[in-house]
Amino acid sequence: MPLIQGKAWKFGDFISTDLIAPGRYFHLRSNLAEFSKHVLEDANPDFAREVRPGDVVVAGKNFGLGSSREHAPTIMKMAGVSAVVAESFSRIFFRNAVNIGLPVITAPAAGFIEEGDRVEIDLAAGILKNLSRGSQTTFNPLPPFMIQILNDGGVVNTLIKNKGFCL
Amino acid sequence: MGQTLVEKVISRNAAGKVSAGEVTMCPVDVVMLHDGTGTLTIQEFLRLKQEGFPLAKPDRTLVFLDHMGPCPRIEMANDHISMRRFARENGAVLYDVGSGVCHQLLVEKWARPGTVVLGADSHTCTSGALGALGTGMGSTDVAVAMATGCNWFRVPETFRVELSGCLPRGVHAKDIILHLAGQIGADGATYKALEFGGPATSGLSMSERFTLCNMAVELGAKTGMFASDETTRVYLAGQGREQDWEPIGPDGGALYEKVIPIDLGRLQPMIAQPHAVDNVCTVAGVRGKAVDQIFLGSCTNGRLDDLAVAAGILRGRKVAAGTRLLVMPCSPDVTRAALEAGYIRDLFDAGAVILPTGCGPCSGVHLGLLGDGEVCLSTTNRNFKGRMGNPTAFIYLASPAVAACSALTGTISDPREVM
Repeated sequence: MPLIQGKAWKFGDFISTDLIAPGRYFHLRSNLAEFSKHVLEDANPDFAREVRPGDVVVAGKNFGLGSSREHAPTIMKMAGVSAVVAESFSRIFFRNAVNIGLPVITAPAAGFIEEGDRVEIDLAAGILKNLSRGSQTTFNPLPPFMIQILNDGGVVNTLIKNKGFCL
Repeated sequence: MGQTLVEKVISRNAAGKVSAGEVTMCPVDVVMLHDGTGTLTIQEFLRLKQEGFPLAKPDRTLVFLDHMGPCPRIEMANDHISMRRFARENGAVLYDVGSGVCHQLLVEKWARPGTVVLGADSHTCTSGALGALGTGMGSTDVAVAMATGCNWFRVPETFRVELSGCLPRGVHAKDIILHLAGQIGADGATYKALEFGGPATSGLSMSERFTLCNMAVELGAKTGMFASDETTRVYLAGQGREQDWEPIGPDGGALYEKVIPIDLGRLQPMIAQPHAVDNVCTVAGVRGKAVDQIFLGSCTNGRLDDLAVAAGILRGRKVAAGTRLLVMPCSPDVTRAALEAGYIRDLFDAGAVILPTGCGPCSGVHLGLLGDGEVCLSTTNRNFKGRMGNPTAFIYLASPAVAACSALTGTISDPREVM
């Protein structure tokens, strides 16, 4: 997978799927292009309008807690988010993100990256660089089968390619 | 070495004996999708079907139209059309509008001890109360299970919650799990299994066990589980499913990452304040706070015993002026039993609005959205900002007893003072 590069958007701890993909837009669940215009709007009203392809979300603890709605990582990806870096993730959001091909990196990066900094991520090597400040940190790379899923663009593509699941 | 309950359940379904930390493929006994997550599940499944993966177990694939029915919007009604068509064309089991909340129907009709239950909804952990591995995943994970009959699982480490003592008057199962949320936090059990056990478990009804397991995910857990015992057998027999019962529990020498003791006798009525389930204090700590809306229902607390507690408190009395009480039984069987027992009449006469069974108010879709700045006291499982449809509203979570007492006074009230 090529290096990920983009501008950082910072969020706090405990960003729920209700903040990422609000329940009041339930009627847009079959219209994800429209739904993505509201991504994270209850956490940062400017985000959906100003996020650009390649941008990286940097957050604190338990990112994506709550509902299993896969729409949360899906509309983040559709809005242009190229990766999420968080101190920790909720279990279901983490799986969902990998399954739809959105890289998730577990690293306590909130103190190391400021809003608007340019960051670079090497997923396979486990290196997170802050290009704006010339600093870097390391993280435990995802297991190889998850990297494979991300390279394939999601688990459905992996299954189709391999004619089944192999760990 | 002995196995925890979740290790045992995964081991007997997967290819061999596994322990915490291992990743394994594991067959799934029943899969569930609903109208909140199902259109995406179906979209991903159809991509797989096109490539030669048929629906693995049509007669154990359940399609629920519970989150947005009867439909408040045309887009949703159109989603329902496509989901009905999917069920018809693929031979899946359809639960149409009004057929009940998915998690309640799973425990009433489908989940069985020792098996794996996978749902495209986070509260699928409710089924863990039957000694199953009930767990929620996203749409694509469920589509994978639909197409292959299995999925990959990381065997979780287990937190043993050791329950002792008896619940005091006015204190209920909801107070146990809110207490635990306050103790360990909303990420305190991330990726773990919660295994409820100890001397007090034999005295807990299935409904109380469902309430505890339902909220395991609110602590980050993959599942909440009880051993399958005599209480489980009697419950399944009452559902006409005694053949689904078998005893299953953890081994004596199982290895637990943590043991959390809770003396039920020392608990008080608890409440989660906005906007986090672990922002917990005693009801006494916020008593007197005015409430605009009270919601009694959901997969957490919409069962017969919940309605019985509320009816017992409100019988012959009236909901306070300025407060509205919404009541939503969580399945048709619950509704019928509550009608026959007179609970619905009691609640109706007290001034409650009786709603059709479903998930609307809890997920912020319809039937009880909150106005700007309004305060709701709810028996549901989540109080995130925006959860009930309005990011400027405030949601408190508590037991049906606290809900009914607060409905009487119009302010947050302690059942021990009102009853």
